[in-house]
Amino acid sequence: MRFALLRRTFRRLAAIALILAVASLAGPARPDERVLNVYNWTDYIDPQALARFERETGIHVNYDVYDSLETLEGKLLAGRSGYDIVVPTSQPTFSRLIVAGALRRIDWSRVPNRAGLDPALMRDVESADPGNGYGAIYLWGTIGLGIVADRIRALAPDAPLDSWELLLKPENAGRVASCGITMMDSATDVIPSVLHFLGRNPNSTNSGDLGAVERTLTAIRPAIRSFSSGGAVNALAAGETCLVLSYSGDVIQAAARAAETRGGPAIRYVAPREGAQLWFDMLAIPADAPHPDAALAFINFILQPDVIAGVTNQVRYPNAVPASRPMIHPDLLADENIYPPPKRMAAFFTVGAASSTADRARNRMWARFKAGH
Amino acid sequence: MRRLAILLPAAWLLATVLAPLVILATIATATPSDGVPPYAPLLDWSGGGLPRVTASADAWQLLVADGYYLRALLFSLRIAAISALGCLLVGYPLALAITRAPAGWRAPLLLLALLPFWTGFLLRINAWIGLLKEDGWVSAALHAAGLLPPGRALLYTDAAMYLGIIHAYLPFAVLPIYARLSRLDPALAEAAADLGATPLRSFLTVTLPLSMPGVWAGLALVFIPAVGEYVIPELLGGPQAQTIGRVIWQEFFANRDWPQASAVALVLVALLVLPAALVQRAR
Repeated sequence: MRFALLRRTFRRLAAIALILAVASLAGPARPDERVLNVYNWTDYIDPQALARFERETGIHVNYDVYDSLETLEGKLLAGRSGYDIVVPTSQPTFSRLIVAGALRRIDWSRVPNRAGLDPALMRDVESADPGNGYGAIYLWGTIGLGIVADRIRALAPDAPLDSWELLLKPENAGRVASCGITMMDSATDVIPSVLHFLGRNPNSTNSGDLGAVERTLTAIRPAIRSFSSGGAVNALAAGETCLVLSYSGDVIQAAARAAETRGGPAIRYVAPREGAQLWFDMLAIPADAPHPDAALAFINFILQPDVIAGVTNQVRYPNAVPASRPMIHPDLLADENIYPPPKRMAAFFTVGAASSTADRARNRMWARFKAGH
Repeated sequence: MRRLAILLPAAWLLATVLAPLVILATIATATPSDGVPPYAPLLDWSGGGLPRVTASADAWQLLVADGYYLRALLFSLRIAAISALGCLLVGYPLALAITRAPAGWRAPLLLLALLPFWTGFLLRINAWIGLLKEDGWVSAALHAAGLLPPGRALLYTDAAMYLGIIHAYLPFAVLPIYARLSRLDPALAEAAADLGATPLRSFLTVTLPLSMPGVWAGLALVFIPAVGEYVIPELLGGPQAQTIGRVIWQEFFANRDWPQASAVALVLVALLVLPAALVQRAR
């Protein structure tokens, strides 16, 4: 009886496998279909915008998400990913994908709304994409600190809340440790900020500077409770941690979520006064995108002021279309950490691409730092 | 018919083992470059006529020169060995209990032992995250018992990783041991008892030695996949758990060095396949 059951199960599994195999052969859509395959970060879109795009253009959107740049880059470098729109971050992924020839040059004549993008911000992107040939800014932000001020104050009354010193000085981190410190698990996102804090060139890849970063990080390692890749929002909103190093929008989303919970912690994002790294998430088209025309239509659609305002209101990251401001929630506009005033912007910095040898040295150092030896 | 019977497994082996190995070896001797895919092709046909071979031994040199890979490999072997032993310690009594259960109970009991296996693998690992995190049930129970200092969680420790691996791989240990035990003639144990052996003595001198082939099979079935395990150390283990699986991920995704990742993967395969092949031959 038992074997009959097993045999039946196996037969069923075999049937499923066969169906999957056939489906995967039939999978890739024909180019003439009215389809758009979008690959975006998790929690990074206004669902109404997608519905409206489908309604207005009759193009069906297959929406897929990733939670790390490595996943996106791995798929694109393998080729034939099948995606038409991807949203790589300016540094390091967007610039590397351009060099690798994995992205398609955008025909701006078919994206009239390109004219609405802030020229100053597009100039900042040129460190990754000289001449702005391959992408339009979707959303942007900085890398900084998420803090639960009252809990930190209780532990370290004299520590500066608006400075990298809060995290990167061992005497501060040591005192804050008991309410939880979380660092995002990303060598490329953290090391430039530490270099900047140490007064060195954030692009530096020389071993002396990397050694200084390692000493700084190792000194605060005992105080760090966890490393997160995509989980900082939850830990912060749930009150499991009171100090995080993360993307601005992650912290701001956590703050909004905590505010909806009774007794939730009062979370604030801080772009440290010494300066924070700017990043841009770019709307881009893979070189082998099966539906490039639909992709161009999508980029043009997203850059409309009312559409991109809806995205910003939903995900709380600023966009680069100044004409969208009147439609953005006043609380978001008034928050200097979301829309920094020009004098704060002046202290922000962008970074360029690092060589693969430098990347390896950085990732190796990062692994040592995480392991705590 | 006979020839077909040999041909099918051979074709399967060719398609799923040999071909991927050849591809892996090709990438492992290529040079990393900026492009899609991110390595230079081994044979460059662009010159016309004979192709130019651009092989590189860089990946292999780094593999030997940098102790990082060896450390990760030894660490993974240790994890796999401890996990296999853990599966044996839990799985053997389980299999024995099922064999000794009344005949009508055996099938349902075996089914119960395998039931967790029917849930998605990732789902099971994520369930452990919920149980082991700071306010999870397991951590909370340990806090209450005073076995875990407050403010600490089991999640992201080596203990959590072992728990996850042993739970996930347990059926691989239970099944071969059960298969072996259930085929033992009960008359053997009865004969031992008739001759005056205590139950313990009869187990140690009769049952255990006869079940050893099942034990070895169970150990191998857990050990081999556990060496390359990536998901469980990543999700349950702490940052200190730098296993060879995570190192391959890092080379492939973080460093975008496909040749290096392929070289490490090849070493892993050789390490696992060669001893198994040697054992087969020795028999």
